[in-house]
Amino acid sequence: MNAPLRRASVVILVLFALLFANLNWVQAYKADDYRTSGLNRRVVVAQYERPRGVIEVDGQGVAENKATDDTLKYLRVYPKKQEYAPVLGYRPVSLAATGIENSENDFLSGESDKLFADRVKDMFTGNNTGGGNVLLTLNTKAQDTAYDEMIHNERGAKRGAAVAIDPRTGAIQAMVSMPSFDPNPLASHDEKAAGAAYEKLLKDKSQPLLNRATQETLPPGSTFKTIISAAALESGYSTSTEIPAGRSYTQSGAVIHNAEDEVCPSDQVTLKEALTESCNTGFAQLGVKLGREKVMDTAKAFGFEDDKLTVGNLDGGGLPVAASHTGAIANPDGSADLGALAQSSIGQRDVRMTPVQGALIAATVANGGKQMRPYLVQKLLSPDRRTIYTADPKVLRDPINSQVADGLKEMMFSVVENGTGKRAQNRGLDIGGKTGTADNAEGADPHGWFIGFAFNSKGEAVSAACVMLENVSGGHASAEAARIAGKIMAAAAGQEGD
Amino acid sequence: MKTRRNAELGLLAFAMVLVAIYGATVEANQFGEIRMTFWVPAALLSILFLGLHVVVRYTAPYADPVLIPAVALINGLGVGFLRRLDLARAIAAKQPEPGIFAGTGGRQLAWTLGALILAAILLLVVRDHKVVSRYAYTLGLVGIVLVMIPAVLPSSLSEVNGAKLWIRLGAFSIQPGEFAKLALVSFFAYYLVRKREVLSLASRRVLGIDFPRGRDLGPVVTVWLLSLLVLVFEKDLGTALLYFGLFVVTLYVATERASWLIIGLVLFFGGVYVAYLLGASVGGPFANFYDRAQVWLDPFATANYDRVGGSYQLVQGLLAMGTGGLFGSGPGAGSPGFVPEVRTDFIFAGLGEELGLFGLSALLIVYLLIVERGLRAALAVRDSFGKLVAGGLAFTLGLQVFVILGGITGLIPLTGQTTPFLSAGGSSLMANWLLIAMLLRISNAARGPAAAGASDRPAGGPKKAPTQLHGAMTEVIKP
Repeated sequence: MNAPLRRASVVILVLFALLFANLNWVQAYKADDYRTSGLNRRVVVAQYERPRGVIEVDGQGVAENKATDDTLKYLRVYPKKQEYAPVLGYRPVSLAATGIENSENDFLSGESDKLFADRVKDMFTGNNTGGGNVLLTLNTKAQDTAYDEMIHNERGAKRGAAVAIDPRTGAIQAMVSMPSFDPNPLASHDEKAAGAAYEKLLKDKSQPLLNRATQETLPPGSTFKTIISAAALESGYSTSTEIPAGRSYTQSGAVIHNAEDEVCPSDQVTLKEALTESCNTGFAQLGVKLGREKVMDTAKAFGFEDDKLTVGNLDGGGLPVAASHTGAIANPDGSADLGALAQSSIGQRDVRMTPVQGALIAATVANGGKQMRPYLVQKLLSPDRRTIYTADPKVLRDPINSQVADGLKEMMFSVVENGTGKRAQNRGLDIGGKTGTADNAEGADPHGWFIGFAFNSKGEAVSAACVMLENVSGGHASAEAARIAGKIMAAAAGQEGD
Repeated sequence: MKTRRNAELGLLAFAMVLVAIYGATVEANQFGEIRMTFWVPAALLSILFLGLHVVVRYTAPYADPVLIPAVALINGLGVGFLRRLDLARAIAAKQPEPGIFAGTGGRQLAWTLGALILAAILLLVVRDHKVVSRYAYTLGLVGIVLVMIPAVLPSSLSEVNGAKLWIRLGAFSIQPGEFAKLALVSFFAYYLVRKREVLSLASRRVLGIDFPRGRDLGPVVTVWLLSLLVLVFEKDLGTALLYFGLFVVTLYVATERASWLIIGLVLFFGGVYVAYLLGASVGGPFANFYDRAQVWLDPFATANYDRVGGSYQLVQGLLAMGTGGLFGSGPGAGSPGFVPEVRTDFIFAGLGEELGLFGLSALLIVYLLIVERGLRAALAVRDSFGKLVAGGLAFTLGLQVFVILGGITGLIPLTGQTTPFLSAGGSSLMANWLLIAMLLRISNAARGPAAAGASDRPAGGPKKAPTQLHGAMTEVIKP
């Protein structure tokens, strides 16, 4: 019986050799994968060993930490809840982070190379100093005004977005998306509860997790006429050039009417009058005359079709901004579809725009034609509040020269002074802009838009804003958007008159 | 012939020093300091093992000197690791440190005492392993009953983590299968010694391999069916594999016919494959096995990971071992709290994070040493019954280590086996120490002078065993 016993012992040896080989696979070959796996709780706990950096607005923490007794030592809290959620995002234990919490994660967590010296110091002192702090460009007054005015809008619109930018630098002064969400339950250390809260938000039909300011593209309506006006001014038109208008205009089967019969019924109006009254027939014919290429090129020069833009840190990263589109405006054979061109020229058909893009158009005009890259991160501070980074404003694009910008400015001031944008007026500020009322689905209420800018008494371009309200009932959808935009810009300028 | 008892004592001292160092390192990492009392658990364990050593000195002086120190090392590390988990839990809950006999580690220490007493009693009572053959049929019956109890009990009394391997009585639970192993090996050994001639001689030659006659297949098929019933009703592939493996191996060793191995392997893996297919199509009692196989094939798939009873345990065990890497975080410095069932099934994964690949490899070698020493006793002992018992027990121990460690490292589908001498739990510890006592007894007969047989000892007295195995030769003459 000894021969089979010897063989049995060889079998045992082979089985143990298999175990040994497999242990090598698990603990040597796959070790790094397993050590850093998203399923490995040690990774999560290590992240909560030191306090995460604070995100601040005007010296006020809007994403802070609370020390806890559980294995994850710090709980992330968002004292301003819904108001800042679309910008800050949230940082859950096991789900993916979003917003600034995501884009500035390396710095906030302290893992960034910029904080390398602090980490080395920790190694010697044994301290666990926190991550770096992020100071945002947001202006609390502008943000508060934007949020309050949006959720208490006079038309009861439930969805919309507002963005305000400093035209001179590109610094975002306010960014609101409605409806918003409370990020605190998502950051809960009770991961089941956090997951349930997330699922609930995800299933909500009004999409509270969607940042409508950066991610939603809607037909811009008449605000797109600023692009057509810019194209015309660049093509040799002046603000007083007469353009054909009329009660209605038919091009290749597409019939264009004006919003009301009183708007530009005469055959000829000046360009300035056309924009002031928001003359659809005039701009449809103007767009067709300028041609598809010119319209699309001008839109692109202002930032349409750009799907790479992020709003966050000027060195890179941030909230991704969806690309705005003009649509192809083409027949199936590739030639220009003039009917579509007529409709696109008044911001309908396949033209789609984000609120950020709308604000950028107004900001560009206010800044003399130079479009500054929008950003949210003003400063990065080390845990002991040394300044590690300060935003250095950058020109993003140079779509129009200063003469064209001056012409547009003059026309847009006229819109607020005499035309459709009167409700944006605010004492002490020179406000210009353009309204937009965009029809969308059959039978649905139109979206109301306003893009505009404000100059203070010293002639400085202090703010540019875009307000968009979805499905506004009761007519003149854009008037409410204009009113809110005026309030936001006044708050950003530090002038809270009416 | 030297007794080598002093070598055993020296090795035992070395093992206990390692256990003490382990305890000290745990304290350094958990408390930030090594306290004056770090050596107490190791010293208590040393006294217990020393007691067994003394018993062996008098009752089995020629026993293998490596077995006790090797097992003591693993047992001691197990107690140390369980105590380390208790300490971490007490620190997290801001509670005072548990006493020496409190917590899982303390209970394991008490179980060790119980197991060593049982082992000593076995050594004292069974002075000659051949005596066991007298009670073979009783043991066989006991073994089968022990195996079947959890299967027939309602799930509420027998199921833990999806495997019906337990008898649960309130806070107390025992795993009868652990003891069944011992009884079944003794029964198989006796049965096969009596039948080996028939099973090995009467055969038909097919393709150059001798296959047994159809009617001789009866008992084999019976055990095969029994194993598959275990697989289906106790929902545990590992246990089925263990019983069937130990039977096939003793059969092979007894008959020296490779055909039995082939038949056994084909039957087993064929049965497993059919169970897998049935699980995929029919479900019902086979569904559990099918699920486990799915989990094994792709533990990191989200569908498997998120499912209740899915791969969560397996994945967390793998992540713990991967985090440990080559050297491990050091005793007491890891986070075994993230590994589910770290006190029982996944104790090896918890140790893997802190001891690393090198530590686990060393543990594997110690296990291998125990198994190979057992097999060596089987080779050296002179009687067939002793060979089959020692070979069967040693092989079963090795197979069990393979089944559980292969399971948690993802080599084979995971099953609910205990890790011998490491896992928290009295049943496993006592049964495996009895196994070691039996190996000690047989190795004593193997290594001792031929005259040292038990029949010459007055202590054998009324239980005087026959020099010839009970009834063996008369049976084989029959056709």
